[in-house]
Amino acid sequence: MTAVVPLAATAGLLFAIGLYGMIGRTGLIHRLLGANIMASAIFLFLVVLSTRGIEASADPVPQAMVLTGIVISVCITAFALGLIRYLRVMTGEDELRRSTRDADGQSADD
Amino acid sequence: MTDPPPLVMAGHTALLLGPLICGLLVYLLPWPRFRDAAPIVLSAGLLVVLWYLSGEMLGTGPVTLALGGHFAPLGIELHVDALALAMLWLTGLVGLAVNVHITASVNLTERFGPEGFRILWLVLWSALNALFVAADLFNIYVLLELSAITAIALVAVSRGPEAVAAATRYLFFALAGSLFFLLGVALVYAKTGLLALRGLESLQWHGPASVFALGLMTLGLAMKAALFPVHAWLPRAHAIAPSAASALLSALVAKAGVYLVIRLWSGPFDGHWPEFLGQSMAVLGAAGIAYGSIQAIRQSRLKLVIAYSTVAQLGYLLLVLPLASVLAWHGVIYHALSHGLAKAALFLAAGNVIFMVGNDRLESLSRGDHRLAGNAMVMALAGVSLAGLPPSGGFIGKWWLINAALESGQWWWALVVGGGGLLTAAYVFRVLRYAMAEPHPDDGRPDLPVKRLPRRMFWPPMLLALGAIALGFAGQWLVPILALGRPGNIAG
Repeated sequence: MTAVVPLAATAGLLFAIGLYGMIGRTGLIHRLLGANIMASAIFLFLVVLSTRGIEASADPVPQAMVLTGIVISVCITAFALGLIRYLRVMTGEDELRRSTRDADGQSADD
Repeated sequence: MTDPPPLVMAGHTALLLGPLICGLLVYLLPWPRFRDAAPIVLSAGLLVVLWYLSGEMLGTGPVTLALGGHFAPLGIELHVDALALAMLWLTGLVGLAVNVHITASVNLTERFGPEGFRILWLVLWSALNALFVAADLFNIYVLLELSAITAIALVAVSRGPEAVAAATRYLFFALAGSLFFLLGVALVYAKTGLLALRGLESLQWHGPASVFALGLMTLGLAMKAALFPVHAWLPRAHAIAPSAASALLSALVAKAGVYLVIRLWSGPFDGHWPEFLGQSMAVLGAAGIAYGSIQAIRQSRLKLVIAYSTVAQLGYLLLVLPLASVLAWHGVIYHALSHGLAKAALFLAAGNVIFMVGNDRLESLSRGDHRLAGNAMVMALAGVSLAGLPPSGGFIGKWWLINAALESGQWWWALVVGGGGLLTAAYVFRVLRYAMAEPHPDDGRPDLPVKRLPRRMFWPPMLLALGAIALGFAGQWLVPILALGRPGNIAG
């Protein structure tokens, strides 16, 4: 069981790195990669959870969660990349403008 | 645990799969008549199903369904109680109105036809129905993702750089939110080996780990629901989406996040959180009420006023956490229902204004044209319910919340509810003042003709607004249904 602790710690560290990448950076691709690292950290954590010693077979529930999670993560990443690319085509920028206040003047479909 | 009668099972299956199948059919068979009629027929049918299920539930109490006949912890369960039933009804009613409205209002470009809008919304509808009855943490995560993807796409279909930027901002909030939620779920599983809400309710596992997991999940849900400190994406996304989509997002999608917060706090995590955490959640709700309302008063665009109003109105729902009494529980369900109806009516009416005058500047409302008058009436009726003036559903909800606050001796929450009502009245009447004003004589703007509004666009918001008012008369009649399946911490 002692082998589990460094793995869980790695998952925590990865989550923190991903979170920093998501919040600390402004480039949208950077942020998306940060989110992917966060997701991987959670998957690692779930895989660690599923171990029940060397002799016993692994707990299948977290493994099923990881599989589903990976599928969802791939979908969201593809969707996000599509949106980011679309944004770039539309505005020529690959980050979101910081101030939300300035744009409040323009709202709806006119 | 026995299985409910087959007809009840069939009814729930229709609620979960009906919109999904209808969406696929509408997308694959794009005959204009069928495309318009199928979702309307579906939503009318689902309302009949809901009527039947509500009648059954009055007899049997809350329903627990097991997929494939396997109950938790082996299988996956669905659970329907009063709160879930109220949200299903709200989704059905708003869905019917939106389905009628979009037959006339959604005409997107050739590259993204109306069937594209419809499939997004119908899949979203299935996801929401499933989310309201889900009783398993991982299921909730999957459904949250499904609803988020479709909701974000519904914002992006408006096209234009502003819409895509708003959708991207929404996406990143939703993405971070779902990761925090998933981490919370993983921690719960690590600690208990369970995912089913019912199993977690009966398990004793208090401690810092459970509070931490609850905090992570709440943070994630708050980002998706745009609760006060993490609301930054909501106003722009809801303002720029096509108005029919805004109605869905504000009335249903944002509320689903708060719904889950209430579900988790009062269900499986009841008693895990110290009293002050409940109070601080309600403080955040109160801050949201103040901030959202004040921002709503400052906006110059109709849809932004309504969108900021959503940030404010969601705050009321959190007041149930510290109050935790029967009256507060009923009040919150009632507030969720009447806010959903009124907010959908307001967004559809705002869409009608854009259709008629071409933009949603508040000054455009004072055209003095009689064609705008009916629409102003819709906004007035919905506004009355939103502000909680009697007789309306909003009034009953707020009245019960105030009474619950006074009964439990936490008078400050009564002040919050009352003050929030006054602020709401301020921005509602500000909009109405523009609608009633004489057009300025030296306006300078060329008076473009106001387009005539088709009846299919006028009546859906009108009926929703009338429904929000009518809820004010139905309070006593609905109490037996509201009393079905209260969470454990709320004693009778």
